[in-house]
Amino acid sequence: MMSCKGLGGEGSAAAAAALPHVLAVDDSSVDRAVISGILRSSKFRVTAVDSGKRALELLGSEANVSMIITDYWMPEMTGYELLKKVKESSKLKGIPVVIMSSENVPTRITRCMEEGAEDFLLKPVQPSDVSRLCNRVLR
Amino acid sequence: MEYANLRRQAASLKRSLFDQVEDLQDEASPNFAEEVVSLFFKDSARLVANIEQAMEKYPGDFNRWDAHMQQLKGSCFSIGASKMNNECTSFRNSCGQENAEGCRKSFQKVKREHAILRQKLESYFQLLRQAGPARTATRSGGK
Repeated sequence: MMSCKGLGGEGSAAAAAALPHVLAVDDSSVDRAVISGILRSSKFRVTAVDSGKRALELLGSEANVSMIITDYWMPEMTGYELLKKVKESSKLKGIPVVIMSSENVPTRITRCMEEGAEDFLLKPVQPSDVSRLCNRVLR
Repeated sequence: MEYANLRRQAASLKRSLFDQVEDLQDEASPNFAEEVVSLFFKDSARLVANIEQAMEKYPGDFNRWDAHMQQLKGSCFSIGASKMNNECTSFRNSCGQENAEGCRKSFQKVKREHAILRQKLESYFQLLRQAGPARTATRSGGK
């Protein structure tokens, strides 16, 4: 079982590689920076990309993603569409997907949860949201 | 009474959004807040230019104007730029009403709040730099 606080000793490459790896997807550079900061402060290893397309490219080459956290509204491919593609893939469907949105739209939330999202977070995402996710999702 | 309470709650939340960004600073990322703010201004300048161009090149295309403003509003929200966020909302409301004059007026306010915010935050970070590393954890007050 991987501790949410990680194994410590971030100077060590081996220790860093042992931390849960989260893929953050958001077309906003500001939001990518903020969510990456929150995840890193919670001792996750983070890769941040700016689109669903790039997320899928990385997922195709990187075998070790523990969780995906994605914005809902993105041009070209929404977070919902990314969620669907992940859940349709036999290779990727086991990866928990969390959706973020600044808009509280009940039908949107229901649709994502029915498609298999692990959680739906309202922006701004708080460090406590990430801790809660860690305890529940990354056991 | 209820409205006043809600306003107080909203005010404290807005202040805390920027505080949260500052709270993410640590030894590994001592300038995190300034980096995020810098990203915001780089991003928002581009988005404001996009909106201006869209309003010029696509008159009456409220869906397009709204889509651009939605992006800007998202960024404002994320760093707690509440006044700018409010003006973005006004703009989007005007788009919903297909009120071009309302959009133009709101957009001028968006640009004004953007300039004020930039000035305030530049001054804030300049003060922090002048104060030196011992005082980087201290907040100088409202923005």
